[in-house]
Amino acid sequence: MNNHFNHQNTHLSGFNRRDFIKATGAIGALLLSHNGFAKATKPPLGRVVVIGGGYAGATAAKYLRLWSLGAIEVVVVEPNTQFVSCPLSNLVLGGSKSINDLTFGYDALKTNHGIKWVHDKVTTIDAEAKKITLSRGELSYDRLIVAPGIDFDFASLPMLASAEAQNQIPHAWKAGWQTVNLRKQLEAMPDGGVFVMNVPKAPYRCPPGPYERVCQVASYLKTNKPKSKIVVLDANAEIISKKGLFSKAWAELYPGIIDYRPDHAISNVEVASKTVSTEFDQFKADVLNVIPPQRAGKIAQIADLTEKDYPWCEVNFLTYESKRVQNVHVIGDSVAAGLPKSAHMATNQAKICANAIVQLLAGQVPDPAPVFANTCYSYVSDKSAMHVANVYRYDEAKKIMVSAEGGGVSLSPSEKEGEYAVAWSQNIWADTLT
Amino acid sequence: MKQFQVICFLVLSLITSVCLPVQGFATEVSTFSDEQNTHIRSLAASCAACHGTFGNSVVNNQNIASRSTESKGANAVLAGMAVTELTEKLLGFRDGSRKATVMHRHAKGLTIDEINQLAAHFSKQQRIDKSPIKSEILKADHE
Ligand code: HEC
Repeated sequence: MNNHFNHQNTHLSGFNRRDFIKATGAIGALLLSHNGFAKATKPPLGRVVVIGGGYAGATAAKYLRLWSLGAIEVVVVEPNTQFVSCPLSNLVLGGSKSINDLTFGYDALKTNHGIKWVHDKVTTIDAEAKKITLSRGELSYDRLIVAPGIDFDFASLPMLASAEAQNQIPHAWKAGWQTVNLRKQLEAMPDGGVFVMNVPKAPYRCPPGPYERVCQVASYLKTNKPKSKIVVLDANAEIISKKGLFSKAWAELYPGIIDYRPDHAISNVEVASKTVSTEFDQFKADVLNVIPPQRAGKIAQIADLTEKDYPWCEVNFLTYESKRVQNVHVIGDSVAAGLPKSAHMATNQAKICANAIVQLLAGQVPDPAPVFANTCYSYVSDKSAMHVANVYRYDEAKKIMVSAEGGGVSLSPSEKEGEYAVAWSQNIWADTLT
Repeated sequence: MKQFQVICFLVLSLITSVCLPVQGFATEVSTFSDEQNTHIRSLAASCAACHGTFGNSVVNNQNIASRSTESKGANAVLAGMAVTELTEKLLGFRDGSRKATVMHRHAKGLTIDEINQLAAHFSKQQRIDKSPIKSEILKADHE
């Protein structure tokens, strides 16, 4: 039916195949009766393939379908069958959430919007031929969206690259079984034990995330293992997000528990003894959590979308088209930008990108001055949260997104904002996945 | 059902554009969008993280009718909100006369023109009852 879609062995789950044939059949018939339309099987505005079904990819797929009123065929390629939210996953460590509260299926998204779904991994991108190769087939595209999230760079910590090492010393920086593993290790830790964790050099996914993690682990230890301590080894010169608020929360809520060391990049890890070294010191942990340095997702590296001097993807902020490869757009955490790598940011980039692609495929000009709102909530305890929020506007001279006036952080954490953060999560999940 | 509506739109747009060349056809389809102002379309969509897709929040939407128009509360449903109400509230957040935990951060970054157009956009959205998405048990084969 569709020579455009040359893909063996994979099922188009979620999308009702019969409906699709019926639908394209109906349009095809109309198109054929209309002079000049030879390609009856091709959807009217073309096909967009989306690599990755995280916050960015799933949102782009949905809004492409919505804003093109179904005139763009959208195929998502995602190796996982479930979506697990990184936002709120620190609460699993604190014990106020379970990983099963943060895990969702893709069925609603697929069926509500007629998104085709391929459960597979992308191996290469051929930008010349506008084609991608999967483990089990090939897909051609008119526009490609690359949304793979982050990849860990183990070059400086090769001893942590293996699955066995990560079983001992989880990063838990992609929510899933590692999050559960780290929680179990904390539960098994004796009272009086030492939890050691690090903050990688920025940029990394979720700037306030490691500091929120400190709060969550501290909250658990304070009530359950009050003799225990936390050592935080920060590769950065200071707390890089919500500094004043986190410092205050640590001092007021968890006095005597947290030993924070700025400028302490990890230089070595001895896996068996859970001992980490920095330039200055050595720390032996009972539970050790190392968050490795990060770079753009693997497929972005393979497809030459990353820069020579730094491992992130430069894009045009009007369309999110790669500056290196034509017709390939990059959104989400892989994007090189002075913007926080947050879930809300990923969905914003996805929407600007989808908006622009609809315009481009329709032969129209994308919005020359996009604007969006971004917020990151962090929990300092099981109930209290605080925000950093900014509006970002496109700056024509600098050609980047810059924060507008009026942005900033909460005066102090509150239970009220804790409730609003839950409401945020429920709305962003529904916006992304239904 | 939604798929069917989309197809209807497409078929309609095709019928109305039968005389146009290929390029014109494509243009025709995109103008069938519910929001033709693409600047406002994506800006309004960025509010969805807290107020739901097209302003249909999945939380806090019970008994909205019985709440005072003074405040529909945090993460309120914006779909179908009267133009004057939404404009006044955003302007209130903007000049600080309306109490907020976070909305002042967002309202202050917008232009008056954007506020007016956001109000027009949300007033036109259909109010739909939505509930939060249900979570699942994490499967063993996940990362
Ligand atoms: C980070 C979450 C967040 C984002 C993003 C957000 N809002 Fe809000 N909104 C809130 C909260 C929370 C309130 C309640 C006031 C407060 O505490 O700030 C609110 C209140 C409102 C209200 C008043 C509702 C009432 O009747 O009391 C309006 C109108 C509104 N927001 C519009 C918008 C628009 C338009 C956008 C996008 C430009 C937006 N909001 C983006 C969280 C958000």
